[in-house]
Amino acid sequence: MDLKKHYLVGVFDDDDVLLKAIPKVRESGIKIEDVYTPFPVHGIEEKLGYKRSKMSVAAFVFGLCGTSFAIWMQTWMLGFDWPMIIGGKNFISAPPFVPVTFELTVLIGSLGMVGTFMVIAGLKPWAKPRIFDLRSTDDKHVMAIDLGANKSDEGEIKRIIESTGASEIYRKDFED
Amino acid sequence: MSQMDQFEFTGKHKRNVFLILVIGLVIMVLGIFLEMSGGGHEDHHGLFTNSSEQLASISHEEGGEADEHQGGHHAEYHWYQRLFANLWINNMYFMGIGIIGLFFFAIQYVARAGWSASIIRVMLAYAHWIPIGGILILGVFLLANHDLFHWTHGYLYEEFLEDGSPNPHYDEIIVGKAGFLNMPFYLTRMVIGLGVWAGAFFLLRKFTLAEDNEGGTRYYNKSVTFSAIFIVFFAVSSSILAWDWIMSIDTHWYSTMFGWYIFASWFVSGVAAITLLTVWLKKLGYLPMVNENHIHDLGKFMFAFSVFWTYIWFSQFLLIYYANIPEETVYFWERLNSHTYAPLFYLNLIFNFFLPFLLLMTRDSKRQWLMLRLVTCIILFGHFIDFYLMITPGTLKDHGGIGFMEIGTFMVYLGLFAFVVLNGLSKYKLVPANHPMLEESVHHHI
Repeated sequence: MDLKKHYLVGVFDDDDVLLKAIPKVRESGIKIEDVYTPFPVHGIEEKLGYKRSKMSVAAFVFGLCGTSFAIWMQTWMLGFDWPMIIGGKNFISAPPFVPVTFELTVLIGSLGMVGTFMVIAGLKPWAKPRIFDLRSTDDKHVMAIDLGANKSDEGEIKRIIESTGASEIYRKDFED
Repeated sequence: MSQMDQFEFTGKHKRNVFLILVIGLVIMVLGIFLEMSGGGHEDHHGLFTNSSEQLASISHEEGGEADEHQGGHHAEYHWYQRLFANLWINNMYFMGIGIIGLFFFAIQYVARAGWSASIIRVMLAYAHWIPIGGILILGVFLLANHDLFHWTHGYLYEEFLEDGSPNPHYDEIIVGKAGFLNMPFYLTRMVIGLGVWAGAFFLLRKFTLAEDNEGGTRYYNKSVTFSAIFIVFFAVSSSILAWDWIMSIDTHWYSTMFGWYIFASWFVSGVAAITLLTVWLKKLGYLPMVNENHIHDLGKFMFAFSVFWTYIWFSQFLLIYYANIPEETVYFWERLNSHTYAPLFYLNLIFNFFLPFLLLMTRDSKRQWLMLRLVTCIILFGHFIDFYLMITPGTLKDHGGIGFMEIGTFMVYLGLFAFVVLNGLSKYKLVPANHPMLEESVHHHI
C-alpha cells in the first residue's frame, strides 16, 4: 500500500481553546486544511480566513435561467405552438405567466444551487470521505494539517500545535 | 453611558415634531379652502364618471334604477368628504404601524427570540399610538360614517317607500349583508377589537417595565403567555377589522384575501417603521449593543414581507383577473380606468415590490444603515399609497386626487404620531436590563 498524503491531526477538547488556537497556528505560517467540529462553532469561518461563499451568485444566475426559460416556454406554448382561449384573455398575457415563472425560477434556482454545492464540496456518489478522526462527530474538535502543503517540518508543526492547547496530536496517512 | 440608556425627548425633537404638525395643519387648511372653492380636479372628471356609472349598472341588479341612484349620489359631493377620507386613510395607516409594534413585540416573546431583546422596547414605542389612534378611529367613524361607508345609509334597506311604491334606493346586495354590516354589531366589533388591543398594550408594557425592577423570569414567562393570547386574538380581529374598516367601503365588492392583504401591508410598514426608529436612535448614539447583525435581521424581515405583500396582492389580483366576474373586477376597474388612480396603482407596485426587492436583495445592502434608511422610507411611502388606493376610490369616486389636503393631513397625523411614540419611548429604559435573553442579543451574530 502506497501512502501519498501525509497529515498531522490535532485534537482539541474545547471549542474556546480551538478558537484561540487557530489564529496562533495561522500566524506562525502553518496552513490549516480544515477543522472538523461536532457542532457549529460561531466565528470559526473568520478565524480560518474563509471568504464568503459565492453561492448567491450561482443562485442568481440559475434563477435568471429559470425565469427566462419559463417566459420563453409559456410564450412559445400558449402564443405559437398551441394557442388556447382561456377566460377571453390574450394568448400571451402577463398575469397568468407570473405563477409559472415564479415556480420555475425557484425550481431551477434551487436545483442549480444543490448541484453547485455538490460540485464545490466534491460530493460525487463515488467520493470516499477522508475521515481524520471519528470522534469529531462526537465530542472532539479536529484540526487537519496537510504536511505536503506546508514548508515547516513535522516536528515544528507538532510543537506549535501542542503549545496552543491540543489534547492529542498524531500523524495520519492516506492512499490518495 | 448611564445618560444614554433612556431616550431623551429633547426640545429640539419636540420643536421638529411641532413644526411638522403646524406646517401640515397649514397645508391641510389650504387644501380645505381649495376644495371648498371647487378644487382643481375638473380635468379628469368627465372620463371617470362615465366609466364608473357604466360599472355601477353592471354591478347593480336593478339596472336603470341603479344608474339613477349612483348619479344622484354624485351630485351630493361635498368638500368635507375628502377630508374624512383623508382622516380615515391616516387612521388606518398609523393604527397599522402602532398595532404591528405591539404584534411584533408579542411575536418576539412567543418565539422566545434572543436576537431582538435589545430592540423590543423600540417596537413597544409604536404601540403607544393604539389607545389614541383607537379613539380617533372611533371618533371619525361616528362623525363621518355616512360619507365613508355607503352601507350606513338607512334608505338602502327599505324595499318600499311609505306610500307603497318601490324604493329606488333599495339595494338587495347590501340588505343581504345586513346581518353582519349593521351599526350595533359593527360598533361592538370595533370597540372590542380596539379595547383588547389597547388592553394588551397596557398589560405587556406593565410586565416589561416591572421586569426592570424585579429581575428573574417571572414577568418574562407572564409576557409569553399573554403575548400568545394576544396573537391569537389579533389574528382574528385584524382580519375582521380589515373587512369592517376598509373592505366595507366598497360594500358590494368582497375579496377573501382582504384580511391577509391588510395584515401584510400593516406588517411590512410596521417593521419598516421599527427599523427606521432603530437606525435613528443608533445615529443619535443610543442602543450601543445594536449593530449590523440586528439591522440585517430587520432588513430580512422587510425584504421577506415586501415579497409576502406582493404575493397576497398578486393572488388577489390574479383570481379576479382570471375569473372576470363584473362584481369582482369593478374594484380594479375603478383604479385602472382613472387618470388619478392608475399611476398610483403602478407606483404602488414599484414602491412596495420592485424597489425593496432589488435594493434589499444582497446581504451587504441589508447591513448598511444608509440603505436601510432609504428603503424604510420607500416602504413607508409606498404603503401610504397602498392605503390611499384602498380607501379613496370607494369613498370619493372621481373626486379624489393627491393635493394639499392629502399632504397636510398626512403631516398632521405624522406629527401627532411622532409625538405620541417618542414621548412614550422617553418614559422607560431603552434596553430591558433584566430581559433573560439580553445576553444573546448582545452577542447576536449572523
